[in-house]
Amino acid sequence: MKRFIGFVKKEFLHIFRDYRTLFILFGIPAAQILIFGYAVSMDIKNAGIAILDLSHDEITQKLTDKLISSDFFRETENLLNYNDIDKVFKKGKTKAVIVFEQGFGKKLISQGKASLSIIADGSEPNTATLVTNYTMAIVNSFTTELAGPVTTPSISILPEVKMFYNPELKSHFMFVPGVITLILILICALMTSVTITREKEFGTMEVLLVSPLRPIQIILGKVMPYFILSLINVIMILLLSWLVFGLPVKGSIILLLAECMLYIMMSLTLGILISTVSSSMQQAIFISLIGLMLPTILLSGFIFPIENMPVIYDYVSAVLPPRYFITIIKNIMIKGTGLAFVWKETLILTIMTMVFIGLSVRKFKIRLE
Amino acid sequence: MMNNTVISVKNMVKKFGHFTANDNLNFEVYKGEIFGFLGANGAGKTTAIRILSGLSEPTSGEVIVAGFNARHQAEKIKKNIGYMCQKFSLYEDLTVKENITLYGGIYGMSRDLIRKRTNELLEKLKFHEYENRIIADLPLGLKQKLAFSVAVLHEPKIVFLDEPTGGVDPITRRQFWEMIYQTAEMGITVFVTTHYMDEAEYCDRISIMSDGKIVALDTPENLKNKYHAGSVEEVFIKIARPANN
Repeated sequence: MKRFIGFVKKEFLHIFRDYRTLFILFGIPAAQILIFGYAVSMDIKNAGIAILDLSHDEITQKLTDKLISSDFFRETENLLNYNDIDKVFKKGKTKAVIVFEQGFGKKLISQGKASLSIIADGSEPNTATLVTNYTMAIVNSFTTELAGPVTTPSISILPEVKMFYNPELKSHFMFVPGVITLILILICALMTSVTITREKEFGTMEVLLVSPLRPIQIILGKVMPYFILSLINVIMILLLSWLVFGLPVKGSIILLLAECMLYIMMSLTLGILISTVSSSMQQAIFISLIGLMLPTILLSGFIFPIENMPVIYDYVSAVLPPRYFITIIKNIMIKGTGLAFVWKETLILTIMTMVFIGLSVRKFKIRLE
Repeated sequence: MMNNTVISVKNMVKKFGHFTANDNLNFEVYKGEIFGFLGANGAGKTTAIRILSGLSEPTSGEVIVAGFNARHQAEKIKKNIGYMCQKFSLYEDLTVKENITLYGGIYGMSRDLIRKRTNELLEKLKFHEYENRIIADLPLGLKQKLAFSVAVLHEPKIVFLDEPTGGVDPITRRQFWEMIYQTAEMGITVFVTTHYMDEAEYCDRISIMSDGKIVALDTPENLKNKYHAGSVEEVFIKIARPANN
């Protein structure tokens, strides 16, 4: 054990002495969160929306006020009928049109549901998504407020109303789960594979193997610091997104951290596997970046929704661990669901981790021969 | 087995598939001896060293190193040997002191013992001014000397040196061999491979490998007489060359 501790200490020294490693570990995640965060919040300051109110009642008026007073939107025009929508978009100042159906307020009170359409200008896809997401968030909070006093006599309104409005609640905070997913797999897999191949390249691995340290101790000693630092990283990202952008974790923090640990472990074993197949640091970096970063960004649902992909990419993304992790943490962070809703993804990640461990142990043994 | 035999190899064979890397090796190495292990590239030296240092198992035969069987006591062998390879075995981004502490710790030495040996070592090498410098800043010769000192820090029974003087200037090489002599005098067996034939002359005994077999094993003097050669280099060329072609 004492041998092991000394070895882990040395690994920390490597990390703290190399400012590039430190920068990748902590600088990049912080920068990503801030860049993504501010890019998102600045895009949606005072976006123009037009209102087509076919109902003209107290509730639609209140909701309109809430939307417009929200800092995110300003009203460009008040439309009279559907034909105006095309015109107002062509003028270019309006990013979205909110349509209240006829008898909106009455329906909402009597039936507990009412229709509201958000028609966004799809020629700017990012803004369109943001505007619709923001609108939905505001509408959601509005219904919650509204439901408050109304629910007391009749209990059934709130869930029905929620059901009607986007139950998925695609949040504007989507990037936080995405960044966590990307950062963790990159840091863990890239750093481990690089640090192990570095020992190979410098000839120190040979000396370690001849020493009384067991191979399993060497591997554990190499990945342990990254496990700890990655966990600190997760906490840092969560704190940062909470303090700067006010994003709370809706579900259980313990469950979230446990899932992160599972994912970190999966990424670390993946890194060990990469190190066993690559003979130089460059090769390890190349495999990690091309093999992990691009698919994670493009295919895991981080930026582009998997539902919109051609079927073939859906199959490709099925073998990518980030896809499952992103689903898990979105569920826990944004929807606040428990393990019951994400057990399937958790199981898949666990199985993947086992497979990677099995493969690495075999590969590592073969290399020793 | 003689009491002061530290390595005993009997009928050692190592096969990789159909390829026989070590073909029935037999030799003994004694306590405090400087044993030169020569051979052309690909003759099977590395394979033999890997078996002797507990990294891989022989296909057949009996290998006893420091009193332990290489087949199932590899972990015990590892505690009793030191190892230095041609590539650097020290961490470039750690200081001299940190490297020493790390290797001392890996070999299970107590903190006090590490501190004591570190001071002795720095004293001996006149290294005190470098104590807190990182390895990358040291000249190559110093690095090699330090790597060797670290390899014998835990006072192993045997130290394996795999081409330890590659790329080092003649003066440093000479100093390096002085360190090897001192180590052998302490009773530590030195098992060394080299491509420099003048270095082979410094060994107590040398073995020459060719094509997976040991083709000669004796003192440099006896070998030169036997093959009517003026130097070990001539002996080497006479007997190791046919295998190379």
